[in-house]
Parts: sequence; structure tokens; C-alpha cells
Amino acid sequence: MTTTPASTPPTNDPPTSGSTAPVLAVRDLTVTFQVDSGRAPDVAAVRGLSYDLMPGEVLALVGESGSGKSVSSMALLGLLPPTATVTGTAHLGQDDLLAMGRAELSQVRGRRLAMIFQDPSGALDPVFTIGFQLGEMLRRHVPGLSRAERRERATELLRMVDLPDPEQRLRFYPHQLSGGQCQRVMIAMALACDPEVLVADEPTTALDVTVQQEILDVLRRLRGRTSAAIVLITHDMGVVADLADRVVVMRHGEAVEQAPVAQLFAEPAAAYTRTLLAAVPRIGAPERPSGVDARDRPALNVEDLVVEYRGRRGRTVRAVDGVNLTVQPGEILGLVGESGSGKSTLGRCALGLAPLTSGVVEVVGTRVGIGSRAAARAARQRVGVVFQNPAASMNPRYTVGQSIGEPLAVHAGLRGPALRARVAELLESVELPAAWAERYPHELSGGQRQRVAIARAIALDPELLIADEPTSALDVSVQATVLDLFREIQQRLRFACLFISHDLAVVDELADRVAVMHQGRLVEVGARHQVLQNPQDDYTRRLLAAAPVPDPADQARRREERLREAS
Amino acid sequence: MSEATASVEDATAEHTGPPPGRGVWQTLRRRPLFWACVVVLTLLGLVAAVPSWFAGWFGQPDPRVCDLSSSAQAPSAEHVFGTDLQGCDVWANVIFGTRNSLSVGLLSTAVALAVALVVGTLAGYRGGWADRLISRLTDVFLGFPFLLGAVVVLTSVGSRSPVSVSMVLALFSWPTMARLVRSSVRSVRGAEYVDAARAMGLSTARIVRRYVLPNAIGPVLAVATISVGSVIVAESTLTFLGLGLRAPSISWGLQLSSAQSYFQTAPHMLVFPSIFLTVTVLAMITLGDILRDTLDPRGR
Repeated sequence: MTTTPASTPPTNDPPTSGSTAPVLAVRDLTVTFQVDSGRAPDVAAVRGLSYDLMPGEVLALVGESGSGKSVSSMALLGLLPPTATVTGTAHLGQDDLLAMGRAELSQVRGRRLAMIFQDPSGALDPVFTIGFQLGEMLRRHVPGLSRAERRERATELLRMVDLPDPEQRLRFYPHQLSGGQCQRVMIAMALACDPEVLVADEPTTALDVTVQQEILDVLRRLRGRTSAAIVLITHDMGVVADLADRVVVMRHGEAVEQAPVAQLFAEPAAAYTRTLLAAVPRIGAPERPSGVDARDRPALNVEDLVVEYRGRRGRTVRAVDGVNLTVQPGEILGLVGESGSGKSTLGRCALGLAPLTSGVVEVVGTRVGIGSRAAARAARQRVGVVFQNPAASMNPRYTVGQSIGEPLAVHAGLRGPALRARVAELLESVELPAAWAERYPHELSGGQRQRVAIARAIALDPELLIADEPTSALDVSVQATVLDLFREIQQRLRFACLFISHDLAVVDELADRVAVMHQGRLVEVGARHQVLQNPQDDYTRRLLAAAPVPDPADQARRREERLREAS
Repeated sequence: MSEATASVEDATAEHTGPPPGRGVWQTLRRRPLFWACVVVLTLLGLVAAVPSWFAGWFGQPDPRVCDLSSSAQAPSAEHVFGTDLQGCDVWANVIFGTRNSLSVGLLSTAVALAVALVVGTLAGYRGGWADRLISRLTDVFLGFPFLLGAVVVLTSVGSRSPVSVSMVLALFSWPTMARLVRSSVRSVRGAEYVDAARAMGLSTARIVRRYVLPNAIGPVLAVATISVGSVIVAESTLTFLGLGLRAPSISWGLQLSSAQSYFQTAPHMLVFPSIFLTVTVLAMITLGDILRDTLDPRGR
């Protein structure tokens, strides 16, 4: 780091030398939220959290949603809403962050303590070039620089995050960059003033695995190039294994365990850490019998499917490009790909929600897009669907019972007690109490909502179920239980299933066959073992290599292998 | 909270039914503001139904008994709200004006809202040519000067009852609401639960009625309640130009428009009708807000 005079010269000692003082020392951090302007009891989001962050160290705060991992870091930056009460101390060097006023804090924020947010494209202003935005940051925090110096510094920052052609990129607008590149720009902005501490809040969660890998590589290399210590907030054990030196596992606002990364993964002390680690899906599930008969009429048959969208200024975008695919009755086909690969469009085509440009889609014997609306509606009765976001896929004005009962009332004509009995039965089949039929979706947790969505999907005993990323919005431990439930129900009802996911490990736990999509094309289809253990296609191999495994030693080996291959 | 454990805990622990008292009525019943609005609106309704009884409270039961010699007098024991320019009792006029003003305000808003809901939903949900056609149509109405249009329509209609005036006002107030409905329907149409409903094979009518409209109606309801007040005032503009209700009709709007030029010398002529108008609009808006919150299960 050259041109900027950082407010305090950070030390460059390795984290192992025990004598150095921590850059950030958090003691007894407690955050309580006032609910409903004091009418409801206060909620403690963080309870007595203490940790030390050593210079140059990557400390991971791990936990599931609601564990207080994000809130604890927002509290340090003073970014919490006024309903929050924060107590405890957090010493950045000699200064207590929590005792600072707004003016002092804004001096520290961005300069000594910087933050990277989850959604990079949302955090950049779309109407300014990234060069301007970087310059703005420098002008605000390093007022002494001339125009040319700022430009030079901005270029240097972009180079530091491995953005190719940094001089040219300065003139780019955020929409001209990919998600991964935007995130690198965000990291560059965070590093603009040589902060002592960098707080990265789920920096790779919104990104595809291959892009996530790039960002993780950038963050790793940063450790050699800057002196910033990193607080990494994540729910992903694979990311922890890849990047962290030390880990704090949080649950219900408390730290349940603090350990160096190798020790945490090798011998987790807390029971919760063990469950968390056990819930992380890993590739390598054992062989499962499958009673699929290839001679049956396929439940879903896709031939030469092409889907084109007319983009802005008349450009056509090919979302799906000549895909052939079948799903046999009783079979789970895992359809894997990154965002924009066309996997969701394929699923929507099968549901009749996306128009097909050419090709044939046959769903339980009925061709989609041909014939009367009544015929299409009749076919849809035999198809169930589970969407990614259970909060969005249910009518917020309906009770759980109404949502589940909707297909029954409309298609099966069930009414009154018969309908209620069937809804109760369905709720129990997804392991929810029958009395919850009276509740509204917003009163349930994410996992419970997804169970309701599954109950609705199986209400009419479908022949085909299309599940579009059904567990991606869920925490790992919830994901594990939902996947168990899903598998159990599929084995009971024997429906065919198109299981769309970006997560290879999840697909490995469920699918009989796996299809990999890339840029609208199917690059590889085959039996689960063959595709995941012995991939033939280059892209499949890259995808497999990019997903971080929750094992630090293994992950380090994989990274070395990958970097060796790359060089 | 970790959901894995939460689901297990919740399933076994105390919650086995819905919390008590969460229906629409139970929630409404417990809100004092709701009752305040109900009382105000009921009173206004009674005033509109039997104005002569209310007008007689202070000994001036007839709004048309005017004494030019006591023009623009401040409130006194005889005339509690004072008198207007013609020497008529303001209280009696306000009371007798309630029927016309309320019926014009409510009728015109209801018609405009109904048209806006149908047309806006059609444009927002169908999209395509229907959307383009309706959007241009609303543009035409919004671009057309309200007064010019009203003059043309009212002179060609001939009759000047509160109903015809309401219709003309509705004709020029539906486009704003229709655009609002269109945009909120469009945003709801893209929601996953609407996709889910379509994937379930529900009919379009059912999807619109049960999934789209209930979730899209909030913003337009809020605007509709506010529009009741502005319609009452707009009626006064028309009447002032001799196009609305014909004299000797009595309405708040008429009183307001004749009083505005004397505000500095006789403010009471403007203040008292304004209070009635404000209270009506406030009660409508508040009731609208409360109903919207209560009908949304997340707000209960």
C-alpha cells in the first residue's frame, strides 16, 4: 500500500505472534431490540459476545439466520436502527467504537473500519461510473489527493482486487460488470483507505459458486497485500474452511464456540457446531436403489426446447438452447447450473409459465402450449410445484389451510369438513401440527413455510413435481430436515421430480440422475455417481472444483490443485 | 433463531392453535380510532339523512331564511356559526350542505374506483395491447384540462343533479386511480404466489379475485379515501362556475368558494364548512387506513 496515509499505521505482524495487541477487541457486546415500541418484550439479538481480532487475521462469525452474526457487526459500525440498544465495549486500537458519537463514528467508518455487503450490484450506484464512485470515496476520506493521484490510487485498488484492465474499467458503469466484478469493486472501495478492519457480511452469498471462488481467491490474496484484518460473516461452512483462520460459532445471539479453523472442523466442541457441520451436505452420498423403469412413458419429456426472450433494443436472448431431457415416473432428476444457465426457465416451461420458442415439452402426456386452456389446466393438476422462496410463493392473504386447500377446492371440489380433514392430513404428512391451518405464512419460519409449500404441491397426488431451488433460501440445518422430508415423501408417493438447484451437494443427496446446464445448453446428463464423481464435461469439473468443501485441510489441497492447474 | 430446533419446539410446545382474537372483527373492535371514525361517519350520515332536525338545534332550522342586513356576521348566540354574505345562517347551510357534498364525494369516488379497478386490472394483468390502449387513454384524460372537459360534458348533458355532477367528476378522476391499480397489479402479477397459482391451474378469474386484487388494492384505497375530499372541493369549482349544482342548491363546496374571497374580514364563513370537510376526509382516510391494516393478515 503506497499513496494513502492511513490514520494509524497498521502493524504487519503475523497473527501467530501472541504478544501483539488485537486490532479489534469486542467485550460483552449485547444488542437488544425494542419490539412494537415497547409493548412486546424486548428481543436480545446478541448476548455477551466477546472476541479478539488479531492483525492480519480472518475471523469468521458463523451462524444461521437470526443468530446475531450480522447484527453484532452492524452494531460496531453504528448502523443499527434506533430501536436497538447496544452495550459492551468494542476497542478498535485504543478507541471504543460503542462510546463514539455519530461524528466520530463517521470518521472511523470507511477509514479504519470498512464493510462489504452481500449484494454487490445493489450497493453500487447505477448512474455513476465505478471510477467516479471510487474517487468519491477517496475524496471523502483522503482529502489531500489531487485528481491524478486519486485516479492512480483507484487503478491501484482495482488491480489489487484482480480486476482486469483497471484503467479502462474505471469508466465502466456497474451494469456493465458482472456480479463478481461488482463485488471486487466493492472490496476495492472498502480497501480505499487502508482500513484496519474489513467486515465482510456474506460477501459471496449472492454469487454463483465459480464467482464465489474468484472472490474468495481475491480475499485470500488480499491478506498478503494489505494489513487489514477481516471479520467474515457467513453461514457457509465451505467458505469458512476456505478462508478463515479462527471461527466464532454463534447461535441465538451467543457464541457457542471459538476455535482455530482446523480444530473446529476436526474436533468441534459444542454440540451445536457438530449438528451444524453434520447438516452441511457433502458430495459422496452412498449408492441408493432406484425403482425407475426406463420403458414407462416419461412424466416430463423435453425435446429440442428453445426459449428466447426479446431483450431491450430488440436483442433476442436465448435462455434455453436446444435441450433434450426426460424424467421417468418415480425418478428425481437433478438439474444443476449457475444463475442464467436457463435451468429455471426450463422448469417454468414445463409449468407453462414461460413461452417456448420452439421444441416440444410434454408433461404427463400433454403437450405444453398446444391445445385448449382447459386441457392445459387439466394437465397442471397433475403437476406440483415448489418455488425457491417460500415467503413469496404463498398468497399472504391466505391462511396456511387455505393455501394448501386451494388446489383441492378448485380441482377436486372438496368442501367443508372433507377439505379440512385432507388439509390436516397433508399438514401432518409434512410434520406440521394440523391446527396450524389457521395460521398465516408470515407467522411461520422459512423452513415451516417451505413445508407448507411442499404440502400444497403434493395435495393432488401429482405425477410430476417441479422443485425450483426449494432449499436455497433456508439455513443448512433446516435444509437438511426439509431434504429428508422431501426424500421421504417422494419415496412414499413415487412422483417424478425435476429438482432444480445450484448446489451439487444437495442434488447428490436426492437425485437419481443429474443434468448440468450451462448458458442454456445441457452440457452433461447422466447417473448421479457418474456425473458427480467422474464428470466428463469441462464445465461440470469446474463447477465441482469451485464448490468449497467444509474441511479446511481438504479445501486447502483442492485450492492448491486448482491454482496449479490454472498456472 | 435456528429453525430446525424452532420447528420442533413450536410443534410440540404451547402453540397448537391460532392466538385468540385475530379475526378481522376482533382486531377492529379493539381499536378506539376505528370507533371514532365510525361515530363521525354515522353522525354525518344522519345529518345527510335528516338535516332539518340537526339544523333546528340552534333556532335557525331553514338555511334559506336570509337577512341581507345581517351579512357576514361573526358567530353569536343567535347564529352559532355566524352568517354568510347573504345573511344566511352558516350552521344551517353546513348541515343542509352535507347531503349534497357527501353524496357527490362518495358516489363519484365509488364510480371512479370501480372503473379504475376494472380497467387498471385489465391493463396490469393482461398487458400487451390492452395495456397500451388503456395507458394512452388515461394519458388523454390526464392531459385534458379538467375544467374544459367538465364544461363541455355538463353543458351537453343538461341535467344538473348530484348524480350527473358526480358522474362528470368520476369521469375525470378515474385515470389517476387506474394508473395506480395498473402499477400495483403489475408488481403483484410477477409475484411468485401468482406464478404458483397459475401453475396450480387456477382460472384467471380466481387468480385475479383471490390472489392479485387483495394484494394490489391497498394503494388505490388510500388514494380513493383522499379523493373523496378533493371531489367535494372540485364540485364547488364547478358550482362556482355555474356548471355544478344549481342555486338554490346548498353544498360545502359552494360555501367554501363563496367565502374564500372574504377570508380576511369574515373567516368564520370559511372555517366552519372547512372543519366539516376536514373531519369527513380525516374520518374517511383513517377508516381506510385501519381497514387496510386489518384486512392484511400481516398487520393484525
